[in-house]
Amino acid sequence: DDKLLSEPLSHPDFFNVKELFSLKDLFDARVHLGHKKGCRHRFMEPYIFGCRLDQDIIDLDQTMQHLQLALNFTAHIAYRKGIILFISRKRQFCHLIENTARECGEYAHTRYWQGGLLTNAHIQFGSGVRLPDLLIFLSSLNNVFEPHVAIRDAAKMNIPTVGVVDTNCNPCLITYPIPGNDDSPTAMELYCKLFKMAIIRAKDKRRQSEVFDELR
Amino acid sequence: TLRLIYTTTAVQRKNVGASGPEKYTEAFIKKQIEEFNLGKRHLANMMGEDPETFTQEDIDKAIAYLFPSGLFDKRARPMMKHPTEIFPEQRKIQWGEDGRPFHFLFYTGKQSYYSLMHETYEKLLNAQKYQDQVTAQDLPPQKEKKNLAGSRWLTKIELEEMLLEKLSDNDYLRFILLLQKLMTLPCGDIEEKYIQKFSKEVPAQLQKVVIEPLKYDERGVAFSTGEGTRKTARATAVVYDNGTGKVTVNGIDILHYFPVLQDREQLLFPFQFLDRIGKHDMVCTVSGGGRSAQAGAIRLASAKALKSFVTEKEVEFMRQAGLLTVDPRVKERKKPGQEGARRKFTWKKR
Repeated sequence: DDKLLSEPLSHPDFFNVKELFSLKDLFDARVHLGHKKGCRHRFMEPYIFGCRLDQDIIDLDQTMQHLQLALNFTAHIAYRKGIILFISRKRQFCHLIENTARECGEYAHTRYWQGGLLTNAHIQFGSGVRLPDLLIFLSSLNNVFEPHVAIRDAAKMNIPTVGVVDTNCNPCLITYPIPGNDDSPTAMELYCKLFKMAIIRAKDKRRQSEVFDELR
Repeated sequence: TLRLIYTTTAVQRKNVGASGPEKYTEAFIKKQIEEFNLGKRHLANMMGEDPETFTQEDIDKAIAYLFPSGLFDKRARPMMKHPTEIFPEQRKIQWGEDGRPFHFLFYTGKQSYYSLMHETYEKLLNAQKYQDQVTAQDLPPQKEKKNLAGSRWLTKIELEEMLLEKLSDNDYLRFILLLQKLMTLPCGDIEEKYIQKFSKEVPAQLQKVVIEPLKYDERGVAFSTGEGTRKTARATAVVYDNGTGKVTVNGIDILHYFPVLQDREQLLFPFQFLDRIGKHDMVCTVSGGGRSAQAGAIRLASAKALKSFVTEKEVEFMRQAGLLTVDPRVKERKKPGQEGARRKFTWKKR
């Protein structure tokens, strides 16, 4: 049992998430496109490659590194049977994200966030609730272009976060930010596909390892 | 679970009220059902009946016999019912042994409402895709009949009962707007079945109105009777066909019985509404009430009698005009401390 849990931690890329995406895939899905220069957030400047005709372009090399780290982290969490919660407040992609979460076997929250969901969970849900072990933000702003309340709440409750940060977002409190576009449908479909594949791979590996252990 | 770092002694006291109403576990309900079945058999043996065929009505009678109570409220008396009727249907605990919730939208708070919205939105997308396919293939648009006034949407309370969850007014409104949008699209049969789950039939008022057939007297003339009341007046009217417009009340002609024009107008109003002023004869008997009340009573009676002579559409027109409804206004009683029903005594400052 201990070996099951400690074995993946010895490899840097146990689940081989690098092969799930390539630079060309990210470029074709228009992940590099940011918002205009006026919307730029100060803390996103290190992640921006440059500015063309007033529109920011995100550095895809850095995006690749961050994406690889984030997918690796989600795969480890899924391998250890953690609860993953997908969050986004974009109305266009709410249906897509809920479908992705359902197919993975994980959870989604793309609706209005009630204040005490994480911090007041024992009163809102019941006494033996288990809180999510990872929050994945597919768009880190809410409908009023402010940082989503869940980022702050997760930091309060010591829950790690993975988030796609666009050029107008604040990447501060997110543990594994992924600088990238969160407005194009192609980009969102790509992210959903990547997260789904990573989680399913990790769960399959876990099941295989358990079966091998039982056979011994 | 949370790790307690530091709190004051005030917080450590258990807040009994904040945990909400008592939640019943499945094991508890199962035990209650077993005890209920055992108790039913004991009761049957006590009453000398067969334990196998002991119905709920027999249980109620037996309990009323063994524990007579003079309490007025039926719900306060001793009762023995199946636990599913006593313990209200509640959400059982939503997560399994390892802590993972069952429903994928559990962390939103209102899982059944949001899953309903999700499904309805999916049906909407399917309908739009189907419409696109139909237009791409250049098929003629399907014309489907929609029942305009025969159905209504579920009320907020009914939806709450269906979902076992509290809804807010905004949520309910959003759901109804989504359903209406889905209905306006040229959707196929699949979506109609889904929509029918959330709509109810409204029986039209006409079905309650019973139209009696015409009766024929010795001369072969068609006639029909009607009864009417107004305040304390009771009237019966017999309307004959092929007449000249003669109206007799208690054996006296209306010109002599109702000298006031207003009362005669009230009598003739049903005939004027149906444009049959000179075509019918009427013989009425009336008792009780005053001048105006008797006129109103005869008007109702004659309108009811005319129902048999006239088509269903015109009966609906009469009902909407208010000719067939009984006027419920009666004299209001005088209250103590007041001079009349509403008039108070003169208020004197000193």
